[in-house]
Amino acid sequence: MFEGGIILSKKRAFLFMLPALAFVAVFLIFPAIWAIYIGLTNEALTGIYGLNHQFVWFDNFIKAFKDPWFHSSLQISFKFVFGSLVGQAGLGLLLALLLNNKKGILKELVSNIVIIAWIVPGVVVAYLWVAFLDKDFGLLNSILGILGFARVNWFRTLPVGVIIIFNTWRGTAFSMLLFMAALQSIPPSYLETADVIGASGWRKFRDIIIPLIKPQILTDLILLTLWTFNVFTPFILTKGGPAHMTEILPIYTYRVAFMGTGRIGQGAAISTIILLINLTLALIYLKMLKRK
Amino acid sequence: MHDVAFEKVTKKFGKVVAVNNISFQVNKGELFTLLGPSGCGKTTTLRLIAGLEIPQSGNIYIKGKNVEKLFPKDRNIGMVFQNYALFPHMNVFDNIAYPLKIRKQPQKEIIHKVTEIAKNLQTEELLSRKPNQISGGQQQRVALGRAMVQEPNVFLFDEPLSNLDAKLRTEARSFLKHIQKEMKTTAIYVTHDQKEAMAISDRIAILDKGVIMQVGTPKEVYKNPENVFVAGFIGDPPTNLLNCSIKYNQNKTVLDFLQFKLDISPIRDLVREKVNNEEAIIFGIRPEDITVEYKNASPNSIKGEVFVVERLGPETIIHVKIGNLIIIVRDFSEPDITMGDTIWLKIDFNSVHIYKKEDGKIII
Amino acid sequence: MVFRQRTNLWNNFWIYLILFTLVLFFILPMIWLVIAPFSSKASLAVKITLPSLNNFRELFKNKVAMLAFKNSFIISFSSTIIVTITSMLAAYALSRTNFKWRSTLLYALLLFSTVVTGIAAMVPLFVLNLRLGLIDSYLSVIFVFIGGFLPVSIFIIKDFFDAIPKDYEEAAIVAGSTPSQGFFRIILPLSQQGMVVIALYIFMNTWGDFLIPFILLRSVNKYPVSVAIYTFFTQEGLPLLGLLSAYSLLYSLPVIVLYIIINRKFGFGFHGGLKG
Repeated sequence: MFEGGIILSKKRAFLFMLPALAFVAVFLIFPAIWAIYIGLTNEALTGIYGLNHQFVWFDNFIKAFKDPWFHSSLQISFKFVFGSLVGQAGLGLLLALLLNNKKGILKELVSNIVIIAWIVPGVVVAYLWVAFLDKDFGLLNSILGILGFARVNWFRTLPVGVIIIFNTWRGTAFSMLLFMAALQSIPPSYLETADVIGASGWRKFRDIIIPLIKPQILTDLILLTLWTFNVFTPFILTKGGPAHMTEILPIYTYRVAFMGTGRIGQGAAISTIILLINLTLALIYLKMLKRK
Repeated sequence: MHDVAFEKVTKKFGKVVAVNNISFQVNKGELFTLLGPSGCGKTTTLRLIAGLEIPQSGNIYIKGKNVEKLFPKDRNIGMVFQNYALFPHMNVFDNIAYPLKIRKQPQKEIIHKVTEIAKNLQTEELLSRKPNQISGGQQQRVALGRAMVQEPNVFLFDEPLSNLDAKLRTEARSFLKHIQKEMKTTAIYVTHDQKEAMAISDRIAILDKGVIMQVGTPKEVYKNPENVFVAGFIGDPPTNLLNCSIKYNQNKTVLDFLQFKLDISPIRDLVREKVNNEEAIIFGIRPEDITVEYKNASPNSIKGEVFVVERLGPETIIHVKIGNLIIIVRDFSEPDITMGDTIWLKIDFNSVHIYKKEDGKIII
Repeated sequence: MVFRQRTNLWNNFWIYLILFTLVLFFILPMIWLVIAPFSSKASLAVKITLPSLNNFRELFKNKVAMLAFKNSFIISFSSTIIVTITSMLAAYALSRTNFKWRSTLLYALLLFSTVVTGIAAMVPLFVLNLRLGLIDSYLSVIFVFIGGFLPVSIFIIKDFFDAIPKDYEEAAIVAGSTPSQGFFRIILPLSQQGMVVIALYIFMNTWGDFLIPFILLRSVNKYPVSVAIYTFFTQEGLPLLGLLSAYSLLYSLPVIVLYIIINRKFGFGFHGGLKG
């Protein structure tokens, strides 16, 4: 048999992969599998179960499904993901369409601002929004005040709305870049043909652009779902409050596992549920990748 | 002693046999060509010599030495790749100097050798340029320079001209041959272009499906193709190959092509003992070994109809239709004919070849 | 013709109006970050006062804040260097050899790196580091970052290697190199761009991460900037706003500068659809 090749023997190739695979195995794959095991125990951060935990089978899962906060966090997560999806994909597509044929400073300026919102550390972005939405001093309420509107306590009136808009603001750049690249790949002759036929802007959008970038739209939606579902930054903005109203599943997991008595076993059970949801989304994504 | 020798070498990729039990010898200073269609195993053969592939069985000798256990770097090979593989981040000088630098030769000697080679290859003024800043023809010369600089045991050329346009290719090919003869270094040359192989080679090995079909000088493989494959591969247009069966009658021997019959009594003694009556055979004749008669038929000529005429200047290629057979002939008389004209073909029996139907091997 | 031009103008008006609104949406929340650090009396409001560098002076005097910068650098640099080197080696092997389970391995890497996010694995990662005795050490954060970012880096850099024809190494080998000389003298220089892209990508992502150090670190003197800012805000709050805004700006600068560098040099594009 042909052993790997003259450039890199099989043995050497294995040695090359070893360090990377070891890191991935220990710090990525093993924790995921271990989560399932911990989820079947009553391990805790403090107290007697911290030292001496027992196997409790599916108790943690049953507890989770009985916990109203679990259900509410699932619901909030769903709203949060759906809202961010509409916001990010919508704004991203809109920006990409508007900037598609533009050149020069305007395009640079707009896309750079959107991208900077994306790359600035999450902690900073969270506090930008704390300041921006502050009831008494925030820029938004000041502007509304000048326009004659009353001050609004955004975090109380629109708790989920706030984290959706915050997350949309932060993440739109990805969709914008993806759709910009997609639009670039449409041969200009297609749209020119439509112009010659006399199609309106809307018809061009519906009949030519959307069908041609449909794969990218699907990719965008599935990846955004996965990522948004696994976002923790709203924690910095609201800590899940007020009154658990922005407690998405990741924040709920954190609270269960690390706050109070630190119910690690219970938290791991919820992690297992998150892993299963992620797995479903990832399999859909990989299937789509393969079809492409 | 031969410079390169293959002894029953086999190379498989998984289940695919790329090179099947081949043996051949390349003489010192020879330009030896491996010729065949794509997938015939010629490039694999070349890579086996370079040590880029390891055979499953058989022995390969370079300068009489079995190279089984030698890494490519220890075989002292100068190779030119099809896409040249000039290192894009190095300038022309560093590219040519690479084999010397890797062998840690003194700086002075490197400069001396590289400039000398660059002069020889007329690429002196390009030494400080990057590969993407020079033309395809120049890249080809630089790649040649890199192969020459270490004074290799043997040159390996993997379709070195296929990335050049047609006009440049003819020029580069004679230049290559000139350099090779000047250096007196044995060279093995891979190409799928039979014209190029005929023009450049001292000897040619024709491969098909991992098997050597024939080895010989260009003249030998052209005049005496040992099998149907070689007959059909060499020459442009290639040999006319026609299915027929032989019939020994009382006073004459006839080939039956179904559409027409041909009296081959002049060569009956050559075939008599080798072919049975009624046996199916393949009849081969080169386009230039057929004489065309435009006015009237001489005895034992074949009547046909002009199908296509290609006028190529000194010669004219005529596709002649006989029933539903097409025979291609080459004529140097600048004939005044058009499609549909009736003409007669006269076969030169001295140049006829007959092959066995079942394995394509030559009978006469 | 005239009619058509008029509709064009009208269309353009709408396009620019929408663009303007979008720009406002994205730029308004940023204004605070640019104004507050230089204000002499910082608050949550956007108020132009006499410019002052007082906040930065305060910041540089704050030992915890400065230590956190050092911590962030230590964590991000180590993760970046180790990920870059190990992913280059692995990607090269995956690009240049074709063993039986290669595609399975690639698929598994892609699947696990998509499924196992920091969120999904925060509990087992915590327990793992607890058992390994790594909790509250730089190493815990660095190792988790390495494991998490390696698959993506391997995919990106493998793309770069795949784009380099094997002929280059073969030419080098035939010319007298050993395979490792071929790698170091030919492949490494040719994949420089990929290496830089990977390194910057890892650095930017680890620099901004909050969750992992937040869970794995306990002592204030080991906090990276993300966790330090969070603690300042929740513990001290409004009185420190001036310092905090300056801190936030300084903390954001490296990523913004790196973004500008990437954008200038390579163009900010897509490598397998990644998010920071």
